[in-house]
Amino acid sequence: MSSEAIAQTAPAQPALALRLIVAAVIVALLIALPFIGKALGLESFTGLATQVLIYAIAAMSLNLILGYGGMVSFGHAAFFGVGGYAAGILYFHFADKSDFLGFIPGSNALLIALPVAMLVSGIMAAIIGAFSLRTGGVQFIMITLAFAQMLFFLFVSLQTYGGDDGLIMRRRQILPYLDTRDGTTFYYIALAMLAAWFVLTFCIVRSRFGFVLNGMRQNEARMAAMGYAPYPYKLVAFIIAGMGAGLAGALMANYLRFASPDMLHWTKSGELMMMVILGGAGTLFGPLLGATALVLLESFLTAYTENWQLPLGIILLVIVLFSHGGLSALIRRFMPGKP
Amino acid sequence: MLVLEQILNGIQFGIALFLMSAGLTLIFGIMGVINLTHGSLYMVGAYAAALVAAKTGSALLALVAGLAGAAVAGIVIEALVIRRLYARDHLDQVLATFALILIINQTATMLFGRQPLFVAMPPALSHSVTLLPGLVYPVYRLVVIAVGLVVALGLALPINRTRIGMLVRAGATSREMVRALGVDIRLLYTIIFGLGALLAGLAGAMAAPILAVQVGMGEQILILAFVVVVIGGVGSIRGAFYGALLAGLIDTMLRAFLPGLLRQVMAGSNADALGGGLSSMGVYLLMAIVLLVRPKGLFVRQS
Repeated sequence: MSSEAIAQTAPAQPALALRLIVAAVIVALLIALPFIGKALGLESFTGLATQVLIYAIAAMSLNLILGYGGMVSFGHAAFFGVGGYAAGILYFHFADKSDFLGFIPGSNALLIALPVAMLVSGIMAAIIGAFSLRTGGVQFIMITLAFAQMLFFLFVSLQTYGGDDGLIMRRRQILPYLDTRDGTTFYYIALAMLAAWFVLTFCIVRSRFGFVLNGMRQNEARMAAMGYAPYPYKLVAFIIAGMGAGLAGALMANYLRFASPDMLHWTKSGELMMMVILGGAGTLFGPLLGATALVLLESFLTAYTENWQLPLGIILLVIVLFSHGGLSALIRRFMPGKP
Repeated sequence: MLVLEQILNGIQFGIALFLMSAGLTLIFGIMGVINLTHGSLYMVGAYAAALVAAKTGSALLALVAGLAGAAVAGIVIEALVIRRLYARDHLDQVLATFALILIINQTATMLFGRQPLFVAMPPALSHSVTLLPGLVYPVYRLVVIAVGLVVALGLALPINRTRIGMLVRAGATSREMVRALGVDIRLLYTIIFGLGALLAGLAGAMAAPILAVQVGMGEQILILAFVVVVIGGVGSIRGAFYGALLAGLIDTMLRAFLPGLLRQVMAGSNADALGGGLSSMGVYLLMAIVLLVRPKGLFVRQS
């Protein structure tokens, strides 16, 4: 991980050109993907790719605190689920023509649902982070898990919003001028959100704030000695990460037209961590790679066998035990300069 | 009387939690490993006991099978995976053992199916006794409580009185120092992990006649056991004991009485659902409060 920091501070010139080319290829590929899918006659491909993009946003947000900040949060799915429920509950009250808590009207506009989801999960992250960040190490892992479990059981117990069964949205929330019911359109919405989140992460990581955060992962005591109090920096990063997961959750609820307690289940937190590690923690493109790998692997294995968790577990175990730095490290080994 | 009965139920649940968290806290504190597969060892113990009980009808053989099954599974897991994780950071440990859970659960589903197994009470223990006028309580649960208390004492004595116990205590306080003093840390690790597996197997085997034996039962108790470890303080057996009783009592009491209280202010089905959810949250809330007041847990010196 420290070699990563060195590579960032001393970029070699030819490598930079190569990195730009690779980035351009990835972007072009992502834009052309629905057409490629149609040309190959794989209609379900766009839907799968949409899920990849949404999970990539969630994984990217987790990567900010886990990869760059060194905070091992085992409860990130909580914010994913809160975002999903925020969108779902807004739609529920819109369809029901009632008010949330008696005074907040529902909405079926995506332009309202997404910011609200980010706001609510940001507030949640502020509360959970304020408590959790007082601890560290094992205790931090466990207390984030505990808070996520609390929210999980809270949503399970809310009968109004489906309880155990989850909350079904009859239609996706709408955007002006765009038809969100169309699969390809929704793919591009997700892609635009991913791009926006990517740019935001890029800016954060390259900012003074990002460098302080990175420094705290490497040596918190030294940063503190230099006059940077760890707590506020970590808390802000935790809140930003929570908002990203909330955005992804609201998109996922709209994509599936369904928000359920499963979105907050602790195995979902584990999956998000897997994506980050699989792709490479503390790298910009890593979460996208990891989300792609895990979603494709899962859908491939489910198509192949009912007992898909067995091969998935074995593959993940081998990767964790024997890879150092995930897929992006593997790619970098073959191609120096890959972002 | 209902309250007394629920207190006994809470103690019994707390005992099960203690058996799980005693092993976890030692593995945490001494080996520095976050072992998510501890719940799987519990499940293996329950399945082994259930299968042998169904075959032979003997409760004693079932208990032995549960212990042996969990111990064998523990040894295999330690040798194949956990041993490679000692030097890794917590993140790798969480992810590797998370992957192991997927593997073990899916294997169990393939072997035994999705239908839960039910185990008959051992006939000698299946009746109830009257403890106080109006308080009738199943003997089996009393036996579970007694076994748990004996095990707790049985753990406390060697840990406080023997040389191995001294090393265990020293390891929980300062792992590096014990290693630096030339203790065979590998042997110590294997003993600790084996002990933890045995305790998890015991908890699983004893839970088999009370709960439905099914895939996923391990994770339910695992997360609670982690909560207990954090409440009691990592590495502290005493902390695990009191933390487990506290968590068991709070969880059981909330589950028993909260829906009834809520029903007085709202409709029945809503009250049941909300009460169930809120009482599941109780233990986690307790942990959050404890960590706020004492970030390292109740029974560990705060530095």
